[in-house]
Amino acid sequence: MNTIRDTWLIYQRSMWLTIKQPVWLIFGLMQPILYLVLFGPLLEGATSAAGATTNAFNWFVPGLLIQVAVFGAAFTGFGLIAELRYGVVERMRVTPMSRFAMLLGRSLRDVTMLLAQATIMIVLAIPFGLVVDPAGVVVTLLLLALIGLAFAPLSYTAALTLRSEDALAPLVNGIALPLLLLSGILLPMALAPAWLQSLSNLNPLTHAVDAARALFNGVWASSEIALGVGLMAALAVFSVWVASRAFARATA
Amino acid sequence: MTTKQGTGGPMIQTHDLRRTFKSRKSEIEAVRGVDLEVQAGEIFGFLGPNGAGKTTTLRMLATLLPPTSGTATVAGADLATEPQTVRRRIGYVPQGGSTDPAMTGRGELVLQGRLYGMDKSTAQARAAEVLKALDLESAADRGAGTYSGGMRRRLDIGLGIVHRPSVLFLDEPTTGLDPQARARMWDEIRGLREGGTTVFLTTHYLEEADALADRLAIIDHGRIVAEGTADELKRQVAGDVVTLGIDGDIEHILQTVRDQPFVREASSEDELIRLYVDQGDTAVPQLIRILDGEGLRANTISLARPSLDDVFLRQTGRSLREEPAA
Repeated sequence: MNTIRDTWLIYQRSMWLTIKQPVWLIFGLMQPILYLVLFGPLLEGATSAAGATTNAFNWFVPGLLIQVAVFGAAFTGFGLIAELRYGVVERMRVTPMSRFAMLLGRSLRDVTMLLAQATIMIVLAIPFGLVVDPAGVVVTLLLLALIGLAFAPLSYTAALTLRSEDALAPLVNGIALPLLLLSGILLPMALAPAWLQSLSNLNPLTHAVDAARALFNGVWASSEIALGVGLMAALAVFSVWVASRAFARATA
Repeated sequence: MTTKQGTGGPMIQTHDLRRTFKSRKSEIEAVRGVDLEVQAGEIFGFLGPNGAGKTTTLRMLATLLPPTSGTATVAGADLATEPQTVRRRIGYVPQGGSTDPAMTGRGELVLQGRLYGMDKSTAQARAAEVLKALDLESAADRGAGTYSGGMRRRLDIGLGIVHRPSVLFLDEPTTGLDPQARARMWDEIRGLREGGTTVFLTTHYLEEADALADRLAIIDHGRIVAEGTADELKRQVAGDVVTLGIDGDIEHILQTVRDQPFVREASSEDELIRLYVDQGDTAVPQLIRILDGEGLRANTISLARPSLDDVFLRQTGRSLREEPAA
């Protein structure tokens, strides 16, 4: 009971503070929009030249959405470092409030933000030729929410441990960038040499990207959908567990 | 929401409280066996230089840091086994502030009340009450980032008392405040005591401990070196303090005055000789006569009642005043 109430209070506060700083929403969208506008048409030209029959944007946008979700969630720890510095986290830890709610309230704010960004991206991509399957979009958004819950808590755990932006930035980049490159968001992994393909297969994000592509193209029979959603759900449970422990014992 | 527990008995009691910080190579014993008793309704001062273990002790008592060993009861609840009860009964105002600059004072206070379990309208009414009591009404709906240092500190205190705690912990409440804001903060803290709140504050300002605390403990290198009322502690120093300013042969003069029967203790520090004497007013003329007789002279001579700094000096061999003001 208290956990739900406290989660809602922290969610409201975090949302309010985020909406007061719309800069971050715009920054988060800047990069994917540049990819959409400056890289998407190139990809389309390349695929039609190669004689591909599928729509390049229906292949490219799902990967882009995953990128927005991963980067958005992975960098959310920066906000927590600021809150640690202001003494806000410590002040709340002296109250009897639920420790789990400190994590969940913030993570749900992150999920809300990335779903808003994803929706804007999808709408912007329609004029470029993206074909939208409503049911597929809904399940993709669910997948993105799971990705948010998988990466935001890990970012918070890193923030609570490192307590410094200078240490967090290289860590996040060092993990998120290879994960995204290996997931085949820019070019099909089918073009990769065998060793790169097997590495890519071990990356859970690859299956999330494949799942999103299947969903956007109405390939409901694809086994990648269940695999991608399942992997992200498992990762989300693990991350939330790790991070709630970090919030409970955070000291200094 | 007022928390009540049985009256009588200490509000805070610690037994052999210790905290060791381990890093890869070294162990730092920040707090090395602290025994304290704080009575209900008093302002208890915790005086010591920076790094003495004040904040570490405070954070342990406020449930933020688990002790390495030792026990404590705070506001009638055991720190180790009933931390949630302790949390409900205490308020804690950290040293570095506790507000987000983008949040309004009112917004922070309402949220804080709600985190202590108040419903929305109760939290709003209580926030308005606290804003009024701390004279923050005109700034209530501005971002805390626009507040002056003194206002932000008052808001921090407000966040600590929203739920009417039995004990309020204040970590260096006036560090960084100008003299007016400091005097104002002292009044607020005394007001809290009048309202029945027990106040436990840390400070490295002698004047603050002297002026504000009903009782105090002096801590150095993680250990309590003296405890009592300011007057009791000063009496232990035994008598008055005469300070001689010397630029000649300080060792010879020290030897000479130390041998006098009315001098209890003598020590030198740079170009100063510090004497503890029973009766300062009769000691000064005698000292002048003796030095004259020996052909020695002092440049300056001053007489003072002992201060808390003398207490600290006597217990630790160092002066608290050597700490540069933060």
